[in-house]
Amino acid sequence: MDKTISEKIISEHAGRELKAGDIAVVNVDLVMSQDGTGPLAVSQIKRMGFSGVKNPEKSIFFIDHAAPSPRKELSNSHIVLREFAGQTGSVISDAGEGVCHQILAESYTCPGDIVLGGDSHTCTSGALGAFATGMGSTDIAVGYALARTWIMVPETIKVNFGRKVNKGVFAKDLIIYLIGKITSDGATYKALEFGGEVGSILSMDERFTISNMAVEAGAKTGIFPSDSITKEYLKSQGRENCFREISSDKEAKYEKIMDIDCSLIEPMVSQPHTVDNALPVNNLEKIMVNQVFIGTCTNGRLSDLKIAADILKDKKVASGVRLIVIPASKDIYLETLRTGILETLIDSGAIVESPGCGPCVGIHQGILGDGEVCLSTQNRNFKGRMGNPNSFIYLCSPATAAWSAVKGYIADPREVLL
Amino acid sequence: MSEGKKNSEILRGRSFKFGDDISTDLIAPGRLFHLRSDLPELAKHVLEDADPEFAGKVKPGDFVVGGRNFGLGSSREHAPLIMKMAGVGAVLAKSFARIFFRNSINVGLPALICDTDKIDEGDILEIDLKNGIIDNKTRNLKLQFNPLPEVMIKILNDGGLASHITKNKGFNL
Repeated sequence: MDKTISEKIISEHAGRELKAGDIAVVNVDLVMSQDGTGPLAVSQIKRMGFSGVKNPEKSIFFIDHAAPSPRKELSNSHIVLREFAGQTGSVISDAGEGVCHQILAESYTCPGDIVLGGDSHTCTSGALGAFATGMGSTDIAVGYALARTWIMVPETIKVNFGRKVNKGVFAKDLIIYLIGKITSDGATYKALEFGGEVGSILSMDERFTISNMAVEAGAKTGIFPSDSITKEYLKSQGRENCFREISSDKEAKYEKIMDIDCSLIEPMVSQPHTVDNALPVNNLEKIMVNQVFIGTCTNGRLSDLKIAADILKDKKVASGVRLIVIPASKDIYLETLRTGILETLIDSGAIVESPGCGPCVGIHQGILGDGEVCLSTQNRNFKGRMGNPNSFIYLCSPATAAWSAVKGYIADPREVLL
Repeated sequence: MSEGKKNSEILRGRSFKFGDDISTDLIAPGRLFHLRSDLPELAKHVLEDADPEFAGKVKPGDFVVGGRNFGLGSSREHAPLIMKMAGVGAVLAKSFARIFFRNSINVGLPALICDTDKIDEGDILEIDLKNGIIDNKTRNLKLQFNPLPEVMIKILNDGGLASHITKNKGFNL
């Protein structure tokens, strides 16, 4: 039987042939949680009577959501994770290392893996051809303890990004446009599989952005076939030996195929308070911004900060606007430092903070005031997301964010890029 | 009383009505992230950003009734957990986001898919979990809900995932 990527990976991990709709207990390769979900996972591991984890070197605890800690309760949660990781030999990725999804991409996820994460954006690792999905703390606790989980093999929606991408339009615009089409629950329980003539030549940074947001359409995972671009990326990370080619078979059964003509896509925003509330920037009325945030597991990578620096070079952030920039990992931080990207950004007026989730989760490093508007490259704009239910979040690409920071209102980056 | 027995019981309570797309940020907001280590305190804020008065009004056994895509967003299990701790007997919606649905079953909070347009704020409901029937006493109307997948019924009957694993020394699905 011809299979989709998801059917292949899950069948391999179950040790039997499975198709969409089947339910199976499977082995998993990587299990992770972060400082928001890890402490509850640790207490559940203990409650179930387990004294350790099954595969310590593949069990990772990230301290990234509130890192460094802004208050004592969270500092104490961090201690719980450090102590448990120490006792069990698990991996701890501490404050300053970066956002969990970026670190998984750089150092852990391999094509064909099943990755369980106590974080909904675990689907980011799907860009490497892995079956990566978010779960809650108890599922993650079981994953740590047994290196197993139960899973329903999802139906797959194949998304073909076709034609060509216009100048000033980026991966973030593609995925916001797509979520606008699918809606916030149109892919619930399903896998999104990305391809097409544009999809197959996207860089790894672009693929991570797209896979990262699959969950915003409700999807279980967002997966790219692994290919020469994946291989090059793994090689650049010194992990070439974990490369394997994985793609759907020719006659694989898709629930639906969506053909997206990328040449019709303009720079996009998601308006408050849902990601599928998508609109071309050009169709917006003039929206003044108080804060612009460039970073996160969606768009805090090297190419993201580079395009922002290209736009902000020799320009200044508009008066009254706070521009916050956070590289997604320490490696990206160092690279932006070496290449002068950070200097350009700081020169323009940007505030640079240490690698991590930053203000995206509403804990620290840029909480919004009442009535304030933030334009952000993050993946979610739900009411209250950035720490204040009386504020407004718009989502966009790093180029749109950078140019809007200069203008002081949400502006089309093609004004400066063309 | 074990959760297992609860599954064959009739649940009774009042309906608290919410709209579409109730996110985990509305149920357990990030600004209260530090209270995740103090769940009873966090439970006092359950659904606060959707209805600031809800936590003060909800009584043990009451139902949260949402629209489409209930629980979208974060993987935080704290969201269904604090609903349960606040006394919510079940959550009803037209559809659920995947992770929230799975988390609800894992923590032992029944999550039921039905036509919630037929339920108003304050309606008295009796829910027969075993037979899949919601009796809206106020409107004198019977609704059916979709049966849970068999694996989820097993987990719910064992009192949630942690109890299932402890009882069976691993998965027994």
